[in-house]
Amino acid sequence: MKSLGSIRRSFAPWADPASKPFISVKNVTKKFGDFTAVDDLSLNIYTREFFALLGASGCGKSTLLRMLAGFEQPTSGEIILDGQNLAGIPPYRRPVNMMFQSYALFPHMTVENNVAFGLKQDGMAKADIAGRVAQMLKLVKLEKFAKRKPHQLSGGQRQRVALARSLAKRPKVLLLDEPLGALDKKLREETQFELMDLQQQLGLTFVVVTHDQEEAMTMADRIAVMSHGQVVQVATPAEIYEAPNSRFVADFIGDVNIFDGAVTSTEEGRVQIETTGGISVRLASPEKFANGAKAAVAIRPEKIRISRQAPAHAPTNAAEGEIWDIGYLGDMTVFHIRLKDGKVIKASSLNAVRAVEDPLGYDQQVWISFGEDAGVVLKD
Amino acid sequence: MAKLASAFVSRLVIIIPYAWLLFFFLIPFFIVFRISLSQTTVAMPPYTPVFDLAGGFAGILEKVREFSMDNYVWLTEDVLYFNAYVSSVVIAAVSTFLTLLIGYPIAYGMAKAPRSLRPMLLMMVILPFWTSFLIRVYAWIAILKPEGLLNQFLISAGIIDQPLIILNTNTAIYIGIVYSYLPFMVLPIYSALEKMDHSLIEAAQDLGCTPIAAFWRVTFPLSLPGVVAGCLLVFIPAVGEFVIPDLLGGSETLMIGKTLWNEFNSNRDWPVSSAVAIILLLILVIPIVYFQNVQAKADSEGR
Repeated sequence: MKSLGSIRRSFAPWADPASKPFISVKNVTKKFGDFTAVDDLSLNIYTREFFALLGASGCGKSTLLRMLAGFEQPTSGEIILDGQNLAGIPPYRRPVNMMFQSYALFPHMTVENNVAFGLKQDGMAKADIAGRVAQMLKLVKLEKFAKRKPHQLSGGQRQRVALARSLAKRPKVLLLDEPLGALDKKLREETQFELMDLQQQLGLTFVVVTHDQEEAMTMADRIAVMSHGQVVQVATPAEIYEAPNSRFVADFIGDVNIFDGAVTSTEEGRVQIETTGGISVRLASPEKFANGAKAAVAIRPEKIRISRQAPAHAPTNAAEGEIWDIGYLGDMTVFHIRLKDGKVIKASSLNAVRAVEDPLGYDQQVWISFGEDAGVVLKD
Repeated sequence: MAKLASAFVSRLVIIIPYAWLLFFFLIPFFIVFRISLSQTTVAMPPYTPVFDLAGGFAGILEKVREFSMDNYVWLTEDVLYFNAYVSSVVIAAVSTFLTLLIGYPIAYGMAKAPRSLRPMLLMMVILPFWTSFLIRVYAWIAILKPEGLLNQFLISAGIIDQPLIILNTNTAIYIGIVYSYLPFMVLPIYSALEKMDHSLIEAAQDLGCTPIAAFWRVTFPLSLPGVVAGCLLVFIPAVGEFVIPDLLGGSETLMIGKTLWNEFNSNRDWPVSSAVAIILLLILVIPIVYFQNVQAKADSEGR
């Protein structure tokens, strides 16, 4: 068997102009009265992709998912699934299934009847239904719970029943609305990997809605970061994290320090920026900027080094400060450092050894510094 | 100490409803039951034996020996009682079914109405209770009688030329019962439907159900507790109903409530009417207890 990693690594249909999208959302707008939930949104999702819609609550991600499922109709624009325009097709005729945030298990039915629900509705032969249900319950490791009712299951087990039920009809696309939202942290992390494995095994297209960036980063092939009904950036988790295209995305995904400033000079592949706090920053950037143009520098906390002495490249990409707060998280320590101009930045360092001689303490004067490829220049 | 006091308080809280049931249900039941074992006589009260506590325990015991099942035997000998029971149960069952047919859509409509409208709709269902039950039944006489509002309307609309004879028939009883007990059907069904999670319907549709199929496979089964409660709330009082058959029904209408009233007031036969009441109670209680046992068993089986 080919390892999942090798499949995943080579999976990038969105980069191939010849590949046809499986789901195509074209200029879709959805209005509820005066409120625009989804605003002229377009995106493509490819076969076998694990696609995440990520955003804060009210950003329109769930509305978009519900339009894919057929519970809402777009006010304008169209959604094409596997070459078929979904306009006017009711949910019960769409080749997609949804896993609900509340799981929506039928409380009056046993686990196996819940899983068999869609198959019975389709008029599948009894023997086939039994076979498929057994297969699904095995897939989610719930064989022993077939005769139970939903209220006799734990939250994690209910989540699995919901998953088995939504997969039973072998949909072309599985829509998952905050699938792990109701689970506790540990279970959620385990289930993330199980979902990924399942998606690879079954070769299905998954569209997951989540507000949890870690969840999206872990599971998805690509993430669409949404805000106010629009897609701000669609990219792989690594691109979203390391090369956010806007201040919003940089700020939304993970922790970040943002320095406002203006471009002072540009040379081939490099840009020089003077921040409002008086730090001169030199970063690698493929883009060209006009001198004097406003720009912001985004640097992730783990890419900032802390030292007692000034680094060799000071004063470029370095600043003096004082340790303001220390947060010990076990695997790493987060320092809040107050710079000369009063700005407090975050820097984190990995606790690679168990005990450090003479660790950094409160109120200590330190230098922060970063490399030329540590930060991203944001235009706005 | 505080623990003891709180244990006492919590016990007291449980005792109050039990005491209520004892005093207002169980004791009256035993009084009626005792009378049903007595013999009628011309006296006040009109039955023997009458306990005299002065006779002491032996005296009471002696009186107890005078108890007899004669009244129950009598009920089996006159076919009138059997017919009255059967006809009461049939009339109550048909009216319950009709009430369900009308009440379910009303409850469904209320539960699906915008949240802001629901209190008003609820109020409209409860509103008739604010006038006397008796007056509302009298009002139906005015509506249903041959020269009443309904016939006037139908004749003036040209739909019929002869007035319909509705009053003093079983039809009038059905109308009266359905009208009077409709809120008892609507409210429990509404409360069952109202707390139902809408995403269940969406899940059913997502899995291939048309809206109608989703109703029968999900909504209706989930509203069954409300339907059962509503049916019991209508059926039980309807079986023993007296006012509606008396005012709206005809002389040929045989209902046990009316029979009981006749025995009690016209014949002054308290023992027989008590026996009628006890049998009525058994007819109602036995199937309900059995049904609840079955239900409880089915519920615990999945565990």
